[in-house]
Amino acid sequence: MSVTETPSPQKSGAAGSATFAGSDSRKYNYFEPKGRKASHYEDMTVDVQPDPERYLLQDWIISFADGTPTYDKTWTALKSSNWHQFRAVDQEWERTHYQRQSTIVGMISNLIENGRRSGAPKRFDRAWVKVLSDHLGAYKHAEFGLGTATMQAQRYGYTQMINNAILTNSSYKLRFSQDLTLYLGELALDIEGIDLDAGKQHWLEDPIWQGTRHATEAVMGATDYLEQYFATNIVFEPLVGELFRSGFVMQMAAAQNDFMTPAVVAAAEGDYERNLANAVELFHILVLDPDHGDSNRAILVQWMHKHGSLALDAAHHLQPIWSQPRVKVAQFADALDLAKNRVRAIAAEIGFDVRATLDQ
Amino acid sequence: MPDSLTLNKITAQKGMSISDATRRVADLGWTPSYVQEAMTFPTDYKIKKTPRDPMKQVLRSYFPMQEEKDNRVYGALDAALRGDMFRNVQPRWVEWMKLFLAIIPFPEISAARSMAMVGRLAPGEELRTGFAMQMVDEFRHSTIQMNLKKWYMENYIDPAGFDITEAAFGKCYASTIGRQFAEGFVTGDAITSANIYLTVVAETAFTNTLFVAMPSEAARNGDYALPTVFLSVQSDESRHIGNGHSLLMSLINDPDNHLLLERDIKYAFWQNHAIVDAAIGTFVEYGTTDRNKNKESYAELWHRWIYEDYYRTYMLPLEKYGIKIHHDDVAAAWDRIVKKNYVHKTAQFFSVGWSVNFWRIEAQTERDFEWFEHKYPGWYAEFGNYWKWYEKLSHKGETQVLFNADVGYVYPHRCWSCMVPCLIREDFTYDEVDGQTYTYCSETCRWTHKVAFAAEYEGRPTPAMGRFSGRREWETCYDGWDIADAITDLGFVRNDGKTLVPQPHLHFDDSKMWTLDDVRGHQLGSPLLNFRSLSAEGKAAAAAEYRKGFVINPLN
Ligand SMILES: [Fe+2]
Ligand SMILES: [Fe+2]
Ligand SMILES: [Zn+2]
Repeated sequence: MSVTETPSPQKSGAAGSATFAGSDSRKYNYFEPKGRKASHYEDMTVDVQPDPERYLLQDWIISFADGTPTYDKTWTALKSSNWHQFRAVDQEWERTHYQRQSTIVGMISNLIENGRRSGAPKRFDRAWVKVLSDHLGAYKHAEFGLGTATMQAQRYGYTQMINNAILTNSSYKLRFSQDLTLYLGELALDIEGIDLDAGKQHWLEDPIWQGTRHATEAVMGATDYLEQYFATNIVFEPLVGELFRSGFVMQMAAAQNDFMTPAVVAAAEGDYERNLANAVELFHILVLDPDHGDSNRAILVQWMHKHGSLALDAAHHLQPIWSQPRVKVAQFADALDLAKNRVRAIAAEIGFDVRATLDQ
Repeated sequence: MPDSLTLNKITAQKGMSISDATRRVADLGWTPSYVQEAMTFPTDYKIKKTPRDPMKQVLRSYFPMQEEKDNRVYGALDAALRGDMFRNVQPRWVEWMKLFLAIIPFPEISAARSMAMVGRLAPGEELRTGFAMQMVDEFRHSTIQMNLKKWYMENYIDPAGFDITEAAFGKCYASTIGRQFAEGFVTGDAITSANIYLTVVAETAFTNTLFVAMPSEAARNGDYALPTVFLSVQSDESRHIGNGHSLLMSLINDPDNHLLLERDIKYAFWQNHAIVDAAIGTFVEYGTTDRNKNKESYAELWHRWIYEDYYRTYMLPLEKYGIKIHHDDVAAAWDRIVKKNYVHKTAQFFSVGWSVNFWRIEAQTERDFEWFEHKYPGWYAEFGNYWKWYEKLSHKGETQVLFNADVGYVYPHRCWSCMVPCLIREDFTYDEVDGQTYTYCSETCRWTHKVAFAAEYEGRPTPAMGRFSGRREWETCYDGWDIADAITDLGFVRNDGKTLVPQPHLHFDDSKMWTLDDVRGHQLGSPLLNFRSLSAEGKAAAAAEYRKGFVINPLN
């Protein structure tokens, strides 16, 4: 053996330094983009979870004991003639996700820091402090429950696009439940009357919250991952989540001298707009499915009935909260009407009928 | 102004302590009473509801920390382009990234999915919070790697192979081993897969080879992008390892779990070895142009990370809880690497099959030979002639090495367990499972299929355990096909409709690049189907013959 330098046949490894077959093929070419050209999100996402009906030549190579493969279409009652059609409207991949989440936690941290520095919490109305302690404290558990339900659901979807949209949904819900937890903890450093254990106690025992807890547990306990995703975004969020966040907290807070809480809670409304857009897109595609649209629509109506009834019951149980602040600037009935209208609008966009649930 | 009266002192306000914050966050969970939680993925393990505190972190600090890491990664990618990295990068190295980066995003996202499984089983909410962060981390890893791959595709001289990446991943014989890895994280018994196979073994033992050895070698080949991305990925792993260890500690105190733990650590260690060492060993040893004799070989790295750091400091201490550690398997894996040339035989196999790859492999040359002989004495006698043949047959117009009878290479059986071929011929074995014959690379792989992935283990029912399924022998899919038709079906043809994506050289020149016509006229066959067609005596004779191995003919 002797050491002979074999000159590399090519001087540069840079694009364009030679022209040959395939040297211009600089796009992922194995999927149909939704628009004219593939978005960066699509490039990061599509087909990463394989499918025997597309490129998975050898099929799934491990199964559960009963023969169910690694991913299976029967994990939801909904059916699709093309599970790969869905794209998340918010186009999230890791970079955009961390940027957005980081911006939100930065915004909330600044807000709390500045608010505390200016002594804002000390000017909150006394009755309102108890409302925050008891009820915002209880509500944070609902957010956490939906976060864990979607964390569970992101294992089951038939494509990467569906699972990643559910995964980011979970990340947003879990973050918000922690936002509320830390916010209350920080308020408690400045003002008397915040009992950090009160929220959980109300969540577990207060009759006002038992409907909400029941509705949340029903989402957590559902065994169909798309039922969980549907119940979270199409049912619980508008009828209970927004009702409490927007219809109560955001409406009432200013009148109790509280300018901080609405800003913290507003982050969740922003999260929800994105999660809702993703969910509406998915369920809309399923309702329009050429082969399964009608049966899918019927299932959505059933799910709406099951979870909508629980959510409406939860909403009605929350009613007494509206009379607890000293200054009453919002009415429960108005807030509930808005919530129902919101559900009607969402259902119309997806393409199914909610009269059986809402107008009973 | 006195020192003590700084702006910081005036404005700083007391915040919640991190331990208060994590305690409060952990209190978000509750035990449902109206509706029981959804069916979890099954497990045969018993999990004690005794929380063992993992790391302390809340999402408020997690997201900015990760965003900052991302900023550094994307800044470094921009800087690499400004610095004209690709002018000096070694194509021999980047070609292997077509395979590596096709494989890895799916195992990463599978790790995210598996957090659903352990999240439901987690004893204590702090651990569940840890799993939630890991879920988002793994989403990060999967998509940041897809981004890196796209970046290579846009900037490297030969994008073919990157452009078809996820389609190629689903079809290539080599990426099946990555799918075995990924599906192993999410399918079957939830603890076996998401805790033992993923975290206690893959993340704790093998991510160093994946995410530290690979980056070092990349940098030696002028690739500064891979280190940037993968060291950032690796920086998340210590939290994952902590999560997995906490869950393991909540299992290990219950003697009822010991039998299953022994089974799963044995299976997971051996299969991780078989898969990761085959792939990463090849990338690091054969994808490099750096033949500095002072750098550590893959075997030396393995000894440090797997043997010293993992086996001696992580696995052995588990014995004090009363579980048996499979010392023999660790020794056997070490022998496969240093005495039985496992990595070299894998690289040889990858190159024999170059025409059904979707990346280029160039021949090893005299310079490489000298390094191999220095690091692995005896290497030249066993592999020198082969690589000379490979170089000779890399020229368009020759009969490709796979079908060239002059070479003397015998196409191997595939292992039904680890999916790597049975390359260490003397260890080849076969057995029957449910009345069907299967082939294996080693006794432990036989045991994995027949004994571990079954409905009972040592007399104990294991209803949650997974099963091997699918067309695990890749060759079965193209049994009797002309190779040109198989390559077309695989989609490994460039956009001129005839030139192959894979090439046995690094010439970026149409006149030297092989086309479908250059390979047509040879049939692929399935060694397994062939083997199954033999009588019992025929099988025994064929196995004895196979175990004798082969000799590469000298080149005249
Ligand atoms: Fe990872
Ligand atoms: Fe990890
Ligand atoms: Zn094997």
